[in-house]
Amino acid sequence: MSGKPKLHYFNGRGRMESIRWLLAAAGVEVCLYGSLLFQQVPMVEIDGMKMVQTRAIGNYIAMKYNLYGKDLKERALIDMYVEAVIDLNELLMTHILQPADKKEQHLATIVDKATNRYFPVYEKVLKDHGQDFLVGNHFSRADVQLLETLLMVEEIKPDILAKFPLLQSFKARISNIPTIKKFLQPGSQRKPPLQEKDLPKVMKIFH
Amino acid sequence: MAGKPKLHYTKGRGKMESIRWLLAAAGVEFEEEFIETKEDLEKLRNDGVLMFQQVPMVEIDGMKMVQTRAILSYIAAKYNLYGKDLKERAWIDMYVEGTTDLMGMIMYLPFQPADTKEKNLALIIERATTRYFPVYEKALKDHGHDYLVGNKLSWADIHLLEAILMAEECKPDILSAFPLLQAFKGRTSNIPTIKKFLQPGSQRKPPTDEKFVAIVRKIFNI
Repeated sequence: MSGKPKLHYFNGRGRMESIRWLLAAAGVEVCLYGSLLFQQVPMVEIDGMKMVQTRAIGNYIAMKYNLYGKDLKERALIDMYVEAVIDLNELLMTHILQPADKKEQHLATIVDKATNRYFPVYEKVLKDHGQDFLVGNHFSRADVQLLETLLMVEEIKPDILAKFPLLQSFKARISNIPTIKKFLQPGSQRKPPLQEKDLPKVMKIFH
Repeated sequence: MAGKPKLHYTKGRGKMESIRWLLAAAGVEFEEEFIETKEDLEKLRNDGVLMFQQVPMVEIDGMKMVQTRAILSYIAAKYNLYGKDLKERAWIDMYVEGTTDLMGMIMYLPFQPADTKEKNLALIIERATTRYFPVYEKALKDHGHDYLVGNKLSWADIHLLEAILMAEECKPDILSAFPLLQAFKGRTSNIPTIKKFLQPGSQRKPPTDEKFVAIVRKIFNI
């Protein structure tokens, strides 16, 4: 198994999921590891480094597998789009941590931000250039991370893309890219949403 | 004055301060337009210049860039502060993420409820001295160079200096167990562009006090 990136995390989505998506989209086979505890995870053993920090890992993978645009300006756009998606992902990740009496309000916030702040931007980007991918008419990390987030938001509100026809076709199109299609099938390394019953176990790991 | 980057933010540090540091260290002159009221923020939003309705926003090279990390990465790459290859970039990214986490904790401190301040301050000091600073101290020890990555000034060094100074504002002797970081601080502070930024009258912003917290809460409705 030497040479393949090795992922250290618990067996859930958390901050590692975006990295799994990127590696899968780039067609990179990974070596599975169980749950390991370090001062901080995610940790990915790749190319002789023990990389930590989600963004650093994501940047490295994106650059290495040519998913980061062709120049500085494309990278800037990709970064802007990805950072916003990360913000929305953070909201989603913290949803399960909300106390029962705050959950509904939190869900409303997620839906509001998704439909009023974030999705309109991506819908407009696709409308303005009419191309298949967000940046540079070329598949990039921005497309991967946006698809990941679209699917996660749909898990909590299935009709969330009702007002975004271009995002709907984007979702279908990107989902059909062979490496991504494979990742979306059962048996892949994609992780399911965290269940309430597993929350105490995860909390114990990260206290 | 076409050509100078223009920063849109409040008059405080917040998420824009690291951007000010990086531009200053790179020797890049920049302009600032301050958001002083809720109406100022609304105007920016209504003008459609904030991609996700948020600041920081930096007008640079014909773009209206948003998202702090995106802006910093662009500046670092443009001014050759991002390493010479992919692996150096990886190290710089890892180091910067660590200092970002630490400075994030410090940034939010003035906004925490009064009864949690002491506990949060203690956590900041603990994290700084047991999780973050040891990593940078060891990096400097292992290679014995003046800079964190590639024996050359990079974004990682500038960001670390900013974090050290912020941490010292929380606890003046916080570097007592880290001799190499002390030397690093002395050395890096003496780089001419950074030395200039550290002098009174520069665009560096002061720590956030209670009065400013009230202003920020009003502007952002938090």
